[in-house]
Amino acid sequence: MALPAAFRIRPCGDAALTVEFGDTVDPDLNAQVLGLDADVAAAKLPGVVETIPTYRSLFVQYDPVAADFASLSQALQSLAENAKPHAASGRCWRIPVVYGGEMGFDLEDVARTHGMSPSEIAKRHQAATYRIYMIGFTPGFAYLGGLDQSIATPRRAAPRAVTPPGAIMIGGVQACVQCQAAPSGWHVLGRTPMRNFLPSREPMFLMAPGDNVRFHAIELRDWPALERDAARGLPVAELVSA
Amino acid sequence: MSVLRIDAAGPATSVQDGGRFGFLRYGLSSAGAMDRTAHETANALVANASQAPVVEIGPFPARFAAEVGPVRLALAGAARAADIGNRRVAFGESFVLAPGEVLSLGAARGGVFSYLGIAGGIAGTPMFGSFSVHARADLGSPLPRPLAAGDKLEVAAADPHAGEWRLALPPQDTSPIRVVLGPQDDWFGDAAVAQFLDAEWQVSPASDRMGYRLLGPKIAAARGHNIVSDGIALGQIQVPGDGQPLVLMADRGTTGGYPKIAAIVSADLGRFAQTPAGTNVRFAAVPIDDAQRIARHWRQKLAALPLARETAARPPPTSEALLAANLAGAAVNALDPKLWTHNE
Repeated sequence: MALPAAFRIRPCGDAALTVEFGDTVDPDLNAQVLGLDADVAAAKLPGVVETIPTYRSLFVQYDPVAADFASLSQALQSLAENAKPHAASGRCWRIPVVYGGEMGFDLEDVARTHGMSPSEIAKRHQAATYRIYMIGFTPGFAYLGGLDQSIATPRRAAPRAVTPPGAIMIGGVQACVQCQAAPSGWHVLGRTPMRNFLPSREPMFLMAPGDNVRFHAIELRDWPALERDAARGLPVAELVSA
Repeated sequence: MSVLRIDAAGPATSVQDGGRFGFLRYGLSSAGAMDRTAHETANALVANASQAPVVEIGPFPARFAAEVGPVRLALAGAARAADIGNRRVAFGESFVLAPGEVLSLGAARGGVFSYLGIAGGIAGTPMFGSFSVHARADLGSPLPRPLAAGDKLEVAAADPHAGEWRLALPPQDTSPIRVVLGPQDDWFGDAAVAQFLDAEWQVSPASDRMGYRLLGPKIAAARGHNIVSDGIALGQIQVPGDGQPLVLMADRGTTGGYPKIAAIVSADLGRFAQTPAGTNVRFAAVPIDDAQRIARHWRQKLAALPLARETAARPPPTSEALLAANLAGAAVNALDPKLWTHNE
């Protein structure tokens, strides 16, 4: 594949580097990142410890005793030149969400911003198929692309000190599934009982970059039972073919 | 089996090993000892595997007691007063804590973290490959949180027939912390990079295992302080809009949207982590090739720690012996015993 003009490989200290395909949020860039990520995993390059696929770059952690920056960069560049863009993993998570009310305390504000009803916002949020661009910030926090542009909403002027675990949020053109409580300037539309990250469960993480995500509304009365199941380690979200 | 009881710990004491790898892509950083050199030194002193779990002791006073049976221990890292009753304990030398005895440690002096090596290790089941406590992620073994007074760790009983070990600890190094520029140094522009390298920075009290904040001149990135989020390496230095750098440490977030001006070289990360709040620090840029030579040299020194270990009854090794053991020349000065009697 032709490398974008902005392609470059830069050191992140002596034991990591970043392969940058660009500096924008763009599904094509992300597909190139995920394509290279898959090829790096398959190539088993000496010294490579682990990787983080991000929106627009592949972070590569390596052992400087087993690999040096110059030769690893060369190997990664030739893998990138031959990598096929990789749009999705073929997996899709159907995630249950309680919209609005105490679970989604920003839904009404967002609806007012767009002159729509809260249920219309929730409907449009559920109509899209999202792709997980990357997982980061806090354990299990999934950054999603694919938000319906008609409900894209600038971040809050004053970020909240805490948003709850399982918060289903949108910020600008981005959407997310949050796993752990964290400060955020994004808008909380709802909450899922799903725990993408649960240290007592094997696997500890469920979703991976490149997976698709769809949301479906559940009733508040269904929450307690699903939350109990999730705490016991059940996925709660349904895994289907994309 | 013996028990190591924690009678006092302060807020920043936890079980740590070499860290937990393979989960960066899911948003989970490695955790692990903040000062890897001191961690491996503590393990070498009790003849453990280099990455075995130890107790990483935060800067505040701490007390540990042995129960059931004797425990063989050793201290490395940030200096502090160490006593068992009215017996002084030296850093860099193993010792036995008998049941009923209490090891009392003062506040760290000229450093932040001390490391308590425990012969035979700590009992527990590694969580996803590691004992390391990652407090924000509720991970760690045997407890998924920092240690608190009243906690008890099951540990191996000291072998009464085994002797004690000693190791010449490296001298204090106050030279600038070496960094590799990038990956977004071009976002800052030459003037801002020069300003970062020329400045005297002070470590802020608002620092922890997640990150160290630096106070100093305001660094303005020519292209702004928002990038599309990308991965964050251990020791990487990001500069948010307030112009005050944040060095990302073992419990960091794995991705971030602030430009990163540079990253601390692996060999100097432990030394940087040992910079107490309020203390000044400077940075010096090295080319990536030099940084990797420094990294390999440092790793050789760590690998040689068990070879440099001496039984405590014998005199310390001569500088010739250390050189023959392929240790760095820098270790030679460490033989000055004045550097290692911290109990003045």
